[in-house]
Amino acid sequence: MREITTDVLVVGGGAAGLSAAAEAATAGAKVTVIESDLQLGGQLIKQTHKFFGSKDEYAGTRGYKIANILLDEIDQNKKNVEVLTNTTVTGYYIEDQMFTAMQGEEEYFRVKAKKAIVATGAQERLIPFPNNDMPGVYGAGAVQTLMNVYGVTPGKRVLMVGAGNIGLIVSYQLMQAGVEIAAIVEGASRIGGYWVHAAKVRRMGVPILLQHSILEAKGDKVVTGATICGVDDHFQPTCEQKEIDCDIICLAVGLTPTTELLFQAGCEMQFVPQLCGYVAARDRTMRTSHPDFWSAGDAMGIEEASAAMVEGRIAGHSAAASLGLPVKKENFDEYWKRLDHLRAGEVGEKIRAGIGKVMRDKWEGR
Amino acid sequence: MSDKQDKVVICRCEEITLEEIREWIDRGYDSFNELKRVLRVGMGPCQGRGCQDIILREISRRAGVPIDQVDSGTVRPPVKPIKTGLLATGGGD
Repeated sequence: MREITTDVLVVGGGAAGLSAAAEAATAGAKVTVIESDLQLGGQLIKQTHKFFGSKDEYAGTRGYKIANILLDEIDQNKKNVEVLTNTTVTGYYIEDQMFTAMQGEEEYFRVKAKKAIVATGAQERLIPFPNNDMPGVYGAGAVQTLMNVYGVTPGKRVLMVGAGNIGLIVSYQLMQAGVEIAAIVEGASRIGGYWVHAAKVRRMGVPILLQHSILEAKGDKVVTGATICGVDDHFQPTCEQKEIDCDIICLAVGLTPTTELLFQAGCEMQFVPQLCGYVAARDRTMRTSHPDFWSAGDAMGIEEASAAMVEGRIAGHSAAASLGLPVKKENFDEYWKRLDHLRAGEVGEKIRAGIGKVMRDKWEGR
Repeated sequence: MSDKQDKVVICRCEEITLEEIREWIDRGYDSFNELKRVLRVGMGPCQGRGCQDIILREISRRAGVPIDQVDSGTVRPPVKPIKTGLLATGGGD
């Protein structure tokens, strides 16, 4: 079996992984980026809207253009970076300190890395309801990929479940593609996403029904409608029910960090509701309890792409330093200043509380 | 309504319903690993990416354990299916 070796293995070529790779490669590390998709860029490539956040993280720039900026930076260091797309890191075997990976379904090989940065992102959460396994029920992220990457609209009339940023943005982008939005339902008593995104869909006449959820999908072989209902403060259905005419049900009910490799590496893991699932304990360098494993981005807790990019920088910086490469301490301080800025105020409260639970000052016995 | 709820498929890979999961939690199989052994949840092509989160929440509600104290279950490689033929040829080279 073929075996490849590298200084820094970056698993995942999205916002966090590309930033980590750029940072480590600039410091002189030999970096291998392994990406399961056909192209690099992760979620950035399907974000057609302009980002918020801060200027340092390209606020005001459309997501897919941010991906290009990161790819340019990788390209400038191409002598240090090897990229494998359509390749999935399938496991880590702690007893041999060995990764395995599969390219397409054609080749299976070993990867030996001195340091690893896990930037595997997140997966979409699904909620259980009758007929949720019928064609026509999609994750909102999947719909966004279908439309903005492959140029295919999913259907004609959509019920969107969830009024967080993903639900709101994907609703707007569906309308831009000529798809009708029957309604957006949200179980909570307030809109989770930014006001400006909500205002855009409201201006186009889409009802946002708060304290409402989906009860079941209707249809024989494919979705032809949905029953929605009111929910109380404990998300239990009230007797108020309504039929919605739609051929697509789109679930935008949150994401969960993708953490299999961190579990397999034996990293100290903890379930943190504010970070949306199991995440690794980390120090300020984004290093986990395993001294050769770092992680960044949504894999370390669901947050915005802007924060994922800075976390990636920090992880890349620290992994390069651990190899004995010269890095600037002031860059590290600068990245933390940016993270603190992104997480400031009321919006960042939940994230700060979550991170507080898994941030370690030092590791026992190291 | 609750009847229909019970028929909801939770683990799509292995076609396991909410009803089956609730039945086994009530019998005391209140960890992901135990449910995996009796029902094969999380053992299909997606390796639990679709169902693990829902099952952990169900265990939490049903067994009255806070969600952050429900064990995640063992996460083994590989994270996605690999054809046996590929392994048999030593990885395809």
